[in-house]
Amino acid sequence: MQYKSQAVAKPYFIAAIGLFIGQILFGVILGLQYVVGDFLFPEIPFNVARMVHTNLLIVWLLFGFMGAAYYMVPEETETELYSPKLAIILFWVFLVAGALTIIGYLSVPYATLAQMTGNDLLPTMGREFLEQPTITKVGIVIVALGLLFNISMTALKGRKTAIIMVMIIGLWGLAIFFLFAFYNPVNLVLDKYFWWWVVHLWVEGVWELILGSILAFVLIKMTGVDREIIEKWLYVIIAMALISGIIGTGHHYFWIGTPDYWQWWGSLFSAIEPIPFFMMVIFAFNMVNKRKRDHPNKAAMLWAIGTPVMAFLGAGVWGFMHTLAPVNYFTHGSQITAAHGHMAFYGAYVMVVLAIISYAMPILRGRAAANSKKSQVVEMWSFWLMTVSMVFITLFLTGAGILQVWLQRISEAPMSFMVVQDKIAIFYWMREVAGIIFLLGLILYVISFFVGGEEEASS
Amino acid sequence: MRENFTKSMARNIFYGGTVFFFLFFIGLTFDTISVLPETDNRHNITGKVALGKKVWEVNNCIGCHTLLGEGAYFAPELGNVYKRFGHSKDAIIAFIKSRPVEGIKGRRSMPQFNLSDKELDAIAEFLKYTSEIDAANWPPNIQG
Repeated sequence: MQYKSQAVAKPYFIAAIGLFIGQILFGVILGLQYVVGDFLFPEIPFNVARMVHTNLLIVWLLFGFMGAAYYMVPEETETELYSPKLAIILFWVFLVAGALTIIGYLSVPYATLAQMTGNDLLPTMGREFLEQPTITKVGIVIVALGLLFNISMTALKGRKTAIIMVMIIGLWGLAIFFLFAFYNPVNLVLDKYFWWWVVHLWVEGVWELILGSILAFVLIKMTGVDREIIEKWLYVIIAMALISGIIGTGHHYFWIGTPDYWQWWGSLFSAIEPIPFFMMVIFAFNMVNKRKRDHPNKAAMLWAIGTPVMAFLGAGVWGFMHTLAPVNYFTHGSQITAAHGHMAFYGAYVMVVLAIISYAMPILRGRAAANSKKSQVVEMWSFWLMTVSMVFITLFLTGAGILQVWLQRISEAPMSFMVVQDKIAIFYWMREVAGIIFLLGLILYVISFFVGGEEEASS
Repeated sequence: MRENFTKSMARNIFYGGTVFFFLFFIGLTFDTISVLPETDNRHNITGKVALGKKVWEVNNCIGCHTLLGEGAYFAPELGNVYKRFGHSKDAIIAFIKSRPVEGIKGRRSMPQFNLSDKELDAIAEFLKYTSEIDAANWPPNIQG
């Protein structure tokens, strides 16, 4: 570890992995509820389990981003963190707020939680992904602002690299667009319109900046390729991401009561959204080919190369598949959407966080540069188990989606939603099996932290 | 990438492109907001609809259902449920009211939310208002 204050990243990464486990456990519960409808009913109904699943995902990814920021900022700016103490305080605030929120979801009916937390004062709850009580949302803003203050102050007194500027812009964007979570008009169309300013402008906007900067950082460290070249790529990739992604928001404005012209703008711009992901693939493979050293941490390299490939497939290809308005007219809000969501989130964001954890954690644990061979082999097994099973989850949901769209929306005698769900149950069963294999991969991932000792130092 | 394409050129494309397209997005947003009254059915928003939206939210209906295609994919689309139920608020109310507390063995079942008559009427009114939003002819058919 070059800078002492980088150590604050460690608890963030550990919390991220812990919450990841919770997310996947609830994912497996949800998958089973799809086929055994009364599983855990009425104790944990589907909507509650889903809320836990998606909210844990968001929270652990945020933990991962924050950990990445705290790890990267001192090294990039070549100065100690402005306030390591603040970082630790914010860690506990975020963890406690997150835990209380999840406990709230699971222990009382959602309506009671809304009442207990004073939702009436400023109603923001009950919208997809923004289910957190208003008070939790305020907590998220405070934690984000504290983080931004801390890393911005650090960057101000140190070296300002492109990587860290992109990271900071990404995090500022994250905080700013989250403020739209507090806007909840009665007019449903307006509500939905600006809800996407949080959801879309996060995952297909500013989060891509964070993703790009983490990936660039890991690639510089692991390949030793010249910073000038890597940062040039970074700028081009994120330029394409935002040029396509901002107007690409329009692909959510096809069928929610917004003007028809969004069908053109949304289709055109989201059709070019795969390009930055494709460039990311070229970028990663190019840098690895041009590497000036062989880093001993092979597992981190695997995650770093896997990220763009899976992000391109999940966000790029699976996104494009249903983004054109004439196609989306039939696929909107079906299992196709779920298929895309799963692989895109895994490929782009889960994997990049696991890449930085894989790279940084051995160093944070006081090891030279990598874990032992034995540990890396286990970690790489977990990579393949999780990645391949996610491919299958996506394929099975896509199969379910195509059949669903056909039976419910295209065929001559359209069937009702619930009848169709019964007919496509086989796909849900197969998805559940793939989900369990994903969970096994995750367990293996956790085990990899506890096997073998330290790799002999090499450079 | 070519040598004569420098990092600062790439940076300028990023900043320039982002600012340009974000401003363009703001422009489209202003235009959208100005024409929304033609499609968003706002003239039918009443106190009852507002209460209905609140009931919709605090019971996390979006955690299972889609509404205009957005939400979870576990239970039927409700953007057009008013029409699917034969333009009947009563049918919607009767359905919500009659959900068994212990569920249905082996099958998906909507929880019993124990809503008051006032809340039931409001949620039905909200779903009626939603079904009258002009959503460019979506969903493709009555099944949602």
